[in-house]
Amino acid sequence: MLNLTRASIARNGFGRCLMAEKRSSAVKSVRRGLVCADHSDGSGNNEVYDVIIPGGGMVGTAMACSLGMHPNLSEKKILLLEAGNKKVMDKVPDSYSTRVSSISPGSATLLTGIGAWEHITKWRCKPYKKMQVWDACSDALITFDKDNLEEVMAYIVENDVVVAALTKQLDSLSDHVQVKYRSKVVKYIWPTAHQAVRSVPWVQVVLACGETLQTKLLIGADGPNSMVRRQLGIPTVKWDYDQSAVVAVLRLSEPTENNVAWQRFLPTGPIAMLPLSDTESSLVWSTSHHLAEELMALDDECFVDAINSAFWSNVNQSELVETAGSLFRSALATIMPSAGSPRQLPPSVAAIGPKSRVMFPLGMGHASEYIRHRVALVGDAAHRVHPLAGQGANLGFGDVACLTQLLSQAAFNGKDLGAMQHLLEYESERQRHNLPMMAAIDLMKRLYSTNTAPVVLLRTFGLQATNMLPTLKEQIMAFASK
Amino acid sequence: MFANKSGSVMLGLCRRKAVSVCSVVQSLVGNNLFGWNVGCKQRTLWLQMNVAERTQQRAVHRKLSTRAVHQTTVDPDELKRFRLLAGKWWDENGEFKALHAMNDLRVPFIRDNLLNMHKAQHPGKPLAGLRVLDVGCGGGLLTEPLGRLGASVLGIDPVEENIGTAQLHSLCDPHLGGRVSYRACTLEELSADVAGGETDRGDTVFDAVVASEVVEHLADLETFAFCCSRILKPGGSLFITTINKTNLSYALAVVAAEQLLRIVPRGTHDWEKFISPVELERLLESNCFSVQSVQGMMYNPASGAWSWINSTAINYALHAVKLAEEPPSNPQTDKADNSAASQS
Repeated sequence: MLNLTRASIARNGFGRCLMAEKRSSAVKSVRRGLVCADHSDGSGNNEVYDVIIPGGGMVGTAMACSLGMHPNLSEKKILLLEAGNKKVMDKVPDSYSTRVSSISPGSATLLTGIGAWEHITKWRCKPYKKMQVWDACSDALITFDKDNLEEVMAYIVENDVVVAALTKQLDSLSDHVQVKYRSKVVKYIWPTAHQAVRSVPWVQVVLACGETLQTKLLIGADGPNSMVRRQLGIPTVKWDYDQSAVVAVLRLSEPTENNVAWQRFLPTGPIAMLPLSDTESSLVWSTSHHLAEELMALDDECFVDAINSAFWSNVNQSELVETAGSLFRSALATIMPSAGSPRQLPPSVAAIGPKSRVMFPLGMGHASEYIRHRVALVGDAAHRVHPLAGQGANLGFGDVACLTQLLSQAAFNGKDLGAMQHLLEYESERQRHNLPMMAAIDLMKRLYSTNTAPVVLLRTFGLQATNMLPTLKEQIMAFASK
Repeated sequence: MFANKSGSVMLGLCRRKAVSVCSVVQSLVGNNLFGWNVGCKQRTLWLQMNVAERTQQRAVHRKLSTRAVHQTTVDPDELKRFRLLAGKWWDENGEFKALHAMNDLRVPFIRDNLLNMHKAQHPGKPLAGLRVLDVGCGGGLLTEPLGRLGASVLGIDPVEENIGTAQLHSLCDPHLGGRVSYRACTLEELSADVAGGETDRGDTVFDAVVASEVVEHLADLETFAFCCSRILKPGGSLFITTINKTNLSYALAVVAAEQLLRIVPRGTHDWEKFISPVELERLLESNCFSVQSVQGMMYNPASGAWSWINSTAINYALHAVKLAEEPPSNPQTDKADNSAASQS
């Protein structure tokens, strides 16, 4: 630079030289400023990362892994921040965990690409080939299956297993993907879009330990109460459902093939039994807060009785709806004799896993913006749904797949990863998928939260008609299995 | 244009004897070689001419060169306006929006053509190990993406403020450090340095030269092609994006973009300086380049995006490769110059 200045003085005379001096001194002073900043905190605190991901849950860890694995992003520095401890799993624990997710074939593809699926199948996961959903207020039911039970609809996997498998994959990427466990973010400092020359153009992350990190792109995977989202002030549509979920591990009374996911809509909320193994299933019972507390207080035997009666009892059915429903069904059956499916009964529950009962409140949340300058939200930070469709994790993994694809393309095009252009693409692509899904889930929840006769009748007809239309069902499944 | 040129030849002749090679050429191309683009080119142009003119006054004539110097008057207001503009380079929605958007086409164009010739070693840095010269880099809009792809990029621009903007911007990103550098000089100065051995750095010979949205502002394309050929390694690539000389390009680039839609400031483009792909190809081939591909581009002002099209009637991108065998430079360039003069 100095040489250059001299050369230009020599060549171009005084006027130009003044200009050059002025400019280069400005450049130099900025450079000095940066150097000072680097030196002042000694330990490289102001390191600039390409991507920082706060939130090391299933979605955040998958995000870190998926970016780290992509060849186009192999030169990028990625950091995952997790408040908890590292979850290592050499072999799976004997008892099943209560927190499970339904992993769609689309999500399984993502996890296969990352290399985590191999660990998951080796450890523990249970595919199911059929889903039966029915109404407690009528006999209306709908079943979903692919190619006459040939193909897997989805897998039930424990969340811990997913995280452990992803963590194992992350370990192999330690050269450019770092993880800071037990780290807590206290503050984010956002860049302004067109900053003054001297301000930091990156997102700054202030940790509780006093460290400040900088990143070109921040991917908020910090859950439904996302601090990233709140600090950005992104308008969020959210409400709490008047329901809580009680989850538990169930022991079946006898071993079965157990490849069906069962869900029955009670007026108080849906109860679902998801297969874990030949003898065990996972319970997700969404019900009123009051009832949930009662269920939590019951002793194990009474709790098991409550579950069995929730699946079997006909106490909510009215004769009127019953008659109308069966008339409608037989009418449909005359038109389309081959369509539809007979109702099956779920296995009965014998016991529950020791200390496996957990309760948590349910809600719905939708961030109206998934992105800001240098920031993107993924998973529950962007969208929270009712568990009734088993889509929560899949929507998050869908975000991960989409963002990975767009960021790797951006990197291959030499772009700044935090630039708005591809982030906007991410937002519109994901909102186009997530919003209809969220609306459908919310509608289902509302439609089935009542036992008013006209509504029951309507949903009975709707469900029965849908059950008779294989093409419609295929489309629903295709949408849900992305 | 040629009248202009000969005028400047006279001027040039009055000057002191040259020490550096090709200095006249330098001021010539220097006048116009910078990297701006669709937005605000003309302003930059004026400014550049201003700078170049001063350069030129101190420039010394070189024996070899018979080229002329392009003279313009400088408007001080233009200069002031430009200073304000320098900071706007990096506003993606500002005056250089169309240029930012053009990266979607030109970066893959450059990358893929280079990857066809050099095998990528690291997928994360596909252009690692290649030295690229960005002629008329402006604020570094194209220089930084190429640097991120792993190439060592030198951005040159005769406008000091542009180089200042580009340098400041690249300093923020430590990952670019060492891969992107800038120099306020003209292509002629640089190629003179290389040829004259003034800089003993072997790194001034390039694997690729990029001149994006530059050549439509040049007074002397012949010199430009000559200098490009000089600083490229044999087998090196030259990438050019520019505007065709057609009625349609006049209607769109001058009438629509400048006067009706006001996407670009008035006076940005001088249609007379536009060049058709055929002409450009002929010119490059006479300077021992082999043109590999020419592709049409189109800007959609509504979506703000560029797309490849079959027709090269408006904008186009060109990739040429310097032939391994280098003909003697003097007769070649002189001949080409004569032929250009006779055509006019």
